[in-house]
Amino acid sequence: MTLTIPTFSLISIGPWLTLALGAILILLVDALSKGRKTYFPYFSLAVLALAAFQTIDLWGAQSTDFARMVYVDNFAFLFYLILILGAALTILLSRPYLEEWGKDMGEYYALILFATVGMMMMAASAHMIMIFLGLEVMSIAVYVLAGFFREDARSNEAALKYLVLGAFASAFLLFGMAFLYGAAGGSLYLDELAKRLTDAATLTKPLTLLAIALLVVGFGFKVAAVPFHMWTPDVYEGAPTSITAYMAVAVKAAAFAAFARVFFLAFPAFHVNWHMLLWVLAVATMTLGNVVAIAQTNIKRMLAYSSIAHAGYILVALVAANQLGAVSILYYLLAYTLMNIGAFGVVILVARKKDSYLNIYDYSGLAYQHPGLAAGMAVFMFALAGMPPTAGFVGKFYIFSAAVQAGYIWLAILGVMNSLVSVYYYLRITVLMYMRPAEADLGPIAFTPAVTACVIATAVATVLVGIFPGWFYDLAMNSVKIFPSL
Amino acid sequence: MMAYIFFALAGIALISGVLVVFQTHPLRSALWLIVNFFAVAGIYLLAHAEFIAAIQIIVYAGAIMVLFLFVIMLLNLRQPEEEAARPWFGQKLAGITLAALVAFILVYGFSKAEVPLAKAAPPGLGNTESIARLLFTDYLLPFEVTSVLLLVAIVGAVVLAKSKLK
Repeated sequence: MTLTIPTFSLISIGPWLTLALGAILILLVDALSKGRKTYFPYFSLAVLALAAFQTIDLWGAQSTDFARMVYVDNFAFLFYLILILGAALTILLSRPYLEEWGKDMGEYYALILFATVGMMMMAASAHMIMIFLGLEVMSIAVYVLAGFFREDARSNEAALKYLVLGAFASAFLLFGMAFLYGAAGGSLYLDELAKRLTDAATLTKPLTLLAIALLVVGFGFKVAAVPFHMWTPDVYEGAPTSITAYMAVAVKAAAFAAFARVFFLAFPAFHVNWHMLLWVLAVATMTLGNVVAIAQTNIKRMLAYSSIAHAGYILVALVAANQLGAVSILYYLLAYTLMNIGAFGVVILVARKKDSYLNIYDYSGLAYQHPGLAAGMAVFMFALAGMPPTAGFVGKFYIFSAAVQAGYIWLAILGVMNSLVSVYYYLRITVLMYMRPAEADLGPIAFTPAVTACVIATAVATVLVGIFPGWFYDLAMNSVKIFPSL
Repeated sequence: MMAYIFFALAGIALISGVLVVFQTHPLRSALWLIVNFFAVAGIYLLAHAEFIAAIQIIVYAGAIMVLFLFVIMLLNLRQPEEEAARPWFGQKLAGITLAALVAFILVYGFSKAEVPLAKAAPPGLGNTESIARLLFTDYLLPFEVTSVLLLVAIVGAVVLAKSKLK
């Protein structure tokens, strides 16, 4: 018997290979050489830059590879770039923070690179099994990163909670895929599912509905949508702050990439059903996230609930399911990456001494002691609240106009009302910083170059992407053309 | 004949599965889980999936269960001293309703339709060979990606478990 191995080109998964090899190299160098290594962050950034160049080089391709296992298309590439940006900004934030805790280890950077590889797999999957494998590579790396401060009880709690609930959510996802396999008569290729799943077949309908429900649970957990959000505040609070930023931004982006691709490609025949389901989820997610965030006094918990709310806004774009909706998912994830990592950068700078200043009242009077830092935080808070001229405003504008365009007027109204609610708790931080006297002397803040550079870059980018959204809009428009049903 | 064996195995799997959940002592749960694994392996055999059946016995009933039992032994788990928090009535109701709903959908779906059967292995090829063939053709990439997954898991376990460095 002969075995013909399918033809493939390693170039089409070049960015994955670069990141994975970079991670393995870090592990080997760390294990085989003695002494403290200070160059891992720079090396990781170089590897990420190389992967970004490879992605840009691939731009414009439109095919599948490895026996139809991965898509090589612009939708995947744009997500690659967003994910690489998220990972790079996280690494910029990490170094001084880890040193404070005495945990500046090579494995940290290797695990971030591996997690990014997993996320890229999710964004490019053309088959359910690749989505699952990508999800697991990402999740296992992030579980460990959440518990990276082993000596800290809260970090342990975060890792354990995330692991146990995450495994549960993965099981839901797998069950969904299994039922889908039955419903489609034995295929899990995303492009084939659409052809095979039609309303007509008697068995297909109930099984597909069940599969859609289970897939929504699995993806909903990863994007922290209500009612699958229970883990979010505790995990985000307990995890190292740099990893919280990474989780809020990159894990969410990767999960939305797979979520959008599966639902846009595979279930056009069932759009009535999943639109209704996600409509309810979107409203619940936005409302709960925003209302509960008001009551938080720990800044990491507040940003956790805010990240739940932002998942709700992106779900609105998913419900709209038109071309503008898909574009706004991409745009919003870019904007969210910039403004959220920036906000966490400020949190890291202010917190110091093993996270001793995490209460929001520690920010009182920050503007008098550190005007630059307060200005940066104010930009991020305005952006997260969705004020012009920041990227957050443009993102919300795209999302809600997509919803209106698709005829979901009420959803758009509820979304706008929700962002009004969110203005309260975002502006509270700004008010505390500028209009209150300092409650306690914060003392000198060590402006380490990498973290400062990250905060400045994200603040400038948040404003620039908001003022000139056109170039990214065109890129995103170009990349969502791959969905024929939109 | 096959139908009788199937229903017997399925019954054992269901009952032992329920017993796993309802034991108070973790050791007993683990032992019932072994019974469950064997019953499921029998069902795989009936479906002509000999390879999966063998793997089920070797990996799950063998290796993983030994690991479970070791962990239970090392942690020295006894009967829980205090009762775990009772679930609310609402939680029970929601769980039972959802389970009933899923059961209804499955029974309704399958009773109404002709179930398509999985493709049999091509003649001259055993079950193991067909799996190997798929792993190196259609599923080449997922197969390789699995190695990345395992590497990440190993690195993660070492990071969390290794003794303090400084």
